[in-house]
Amino acid sequence: MFQYILKRIIEMIPLLLVISILSFLFIHMIPGDPARLVAGKDATLEDVNRVSIELGLDQPIWKQYISFMGNLFQGDLGTSLKTGLPVSTMFADRFMPSVYLTLLSMGWAVVIGLIIGTLSAVFKNKWPDHLGMVTAVSGISLPGFWLGLILIQIFSVQLGWFPTGGSEGWKSYVLPSITLGAGIMSMLARFTRSSLLETLKADFIRTGRAKGLKESSVLTKHALRNSLIPVVTIAGLQFGFLLGGSVVVETVFSFPGMGRLLIDSIAFRDYPVIQSALLLFSVEFILVNLIVDILYSTLNPKIQYES
Amino acid sequence: MSEKLLQVEQLQTDFTKDKRKIRILHGVNFHINKGEVIGLVGESGCGKSLTSLSIMGLFKGTSGEITGGNIRFNGQDLTSLNVNEMRKMRGKQIAMIFQEPMTSLNPVMKIGEQLMEPIRIHLNLNKKQAKEHAVSMLKKVGIARSDEVINEYPHQLSGGMRQRVMIAMAMSCNPNLLIADEPTTALDVTIQAQILELMKQLQQQENMSILLITHDLGIVAEMCDRVVVMYAGRVVEEADVFDLFEKPKHPYTQGLIGSVPKIGDKRDKLDSIKGNVPDPSDMPIGCKFAPRCTQVMPICLEKEPTSMMLENERLCSCWLYDHERGETHV
Repeated sequence: MFQYILKRIIEMIPLLLVISILSFLFIHMIPGDPARLVAGKDATLEDVNRVSIELGLDQPIWKQYISFMGNLFQGDLGTSLKTGLPVSTMFADRFMPSVYLTLLSMGWAVVIGLIIGTLSAVFKNKWPDHLGMVTAVSGISLPGFWLGLILIQIFSVQLGWFPTGGSEGWKSYVLPSITLGAGIMSMLARFTRSSLLETLKADFIRTGRAKGLKESSVLTKHALRNSLIPVVTIAGLQFGFLLGGSVVVETVFSFPGMGRLLIDSIAFRDYPVIQSALLLFSVEFILVNLIVDILYSTLNPKIQYES
Repeated sequence: MSEKLLQVEQLQTDFTKDKRKIRILHGVNFHINKGEVIGLVGESGCGKSLTSLSIMGLFKGTSGEITGGNIRFNGQDLTSLNVNEMRKMRGKQIAMIFQEPMTSLNPVMKIGEQLMEPIRIHLNLNKKQAKEHAVSMLKKVGIARSDEVINEYPHQLSGGMRQRVMIAMAMSCNPNLLIADEPTTALDVTIQAQILELMKQLQQQENMSILLITHDLGIVAEMCDRVVVMYAGRVVEEADVFDLFEKPKHPYTQGLIGSVPKIGDKRDKLDSIKGNVPDPSDMPIGCKFAPRCTQVMPICLEKEPTSMMLENERLCSCWLYDHERGETHV
């Protein structure tokens, strides 16, 4: 298993190289010149050209790419064109809040999603199922910005329990994580339900009952574990997306996360920030996928990875 | 006369489909004596498997329910037991093995854990004792590497091994009755013979009764003491295995036995019973077999025959034997 993980991590390197080349090309294809933005509205053509040379933007793309990658391997993500701050410093402030928010959102979404999905499957076509599925459909259908605003209106403005925004203290994480987790919780509830219903039809469930097991043991010991693979897949994908930050929720709650940083940087053509953020998201996504693959093999002993 | 272990009387089982009740079992009657092997035969869809599920009370997740009759096991009516009492019966007094050894074991649980489950529930053993018992059961069913097998997963075993594990699991609490629903259908012929041999041997060792559900008459001839033939949710004939093969009474049984090819027979086409099993929601009025019967009489289309006691304590539901009714009644 250890060898397998090592192999997968080594395999990440060529993949990330390809991603970095592609993203570098795409970023430079966006129309607009950062030098003009840096130089300011009233700058003359000479000013713009001077800034362009200062920032190294006059170089051919491949040279720019090589110098970016060279710096990257020395642990230098470059300097933001917009703020003049090192990209790593900008990430440091934004990254951890995004990680905490992701963990909180995923945490409650997985727990509640599994509970609702399981109850819905066990009480199929009875009121707990109807209630659970109405909740799930609402969770998927409600747009994040709307849910966020409603939560702010009720819990921040009316009741004053939680702040309307920011990232200071655990309280400011509550409302954004509810908003972000709602859709994921709903999706997980639906996947758990359908997967569990499928498993409950399996022959080994009948065997469990024929042994004289309690219905609760049949469910927890035999059915649930066999139903988790699709659920883990969805949870992993969503986890990866969330780590990339959510522009809508971060905007509604004025939350300083990675999502808004990326969008602001794109608006400003802040090449070093965009490039580094994209690479960071790719690394996160690949790592989450690796974790999901490892989880598969613990969930189902049939899935074994040879190293 | 030997002691009755299980007596099924007028068993009726219904399924609900689109809010309509459809009766699948129409008053099934038969009994199993202690230490006896009974074969339950019939075409697919005749209600053999449902009869076994009714005895086990395994309707969870289906719309099936018993709507009439009773099932006496050691004098106790199983249909009157509540969920908990029935659960204590399952796996302890009455155990069951299924057709598909490939899918009947939990793929993500070690063999040992699965084996230990019924042992721990029913025999009140601690983990260590349960494990020892599990290993000894695996040895009993002829698994050589039993110490290793308990730490393996089902996919690491062959089909025959898995069915042995299923048998070990079913036998682990010393049941009085083992229900085997087509236990060898999914196995290779050579493995089939081994599994049947194992079942026979264990049955004799433990003086257990077996209800063997199958459509393979060869297995019946080899394994069973008595045979119950079902058609369209009814028992149409019941007889000692020798009497049945020597002189099948019911035209359906005759058809079944006639459709088995014999070695040495030279012919191009196999005999078969014409037509299909009637749809449970659209049954003929009289005898349910009448539309396919080669010896059909006018009365067969009007009135359903009742079970008639013929010589040698054999039962047959067919108007052909109406004149014999009572004459040989003991």
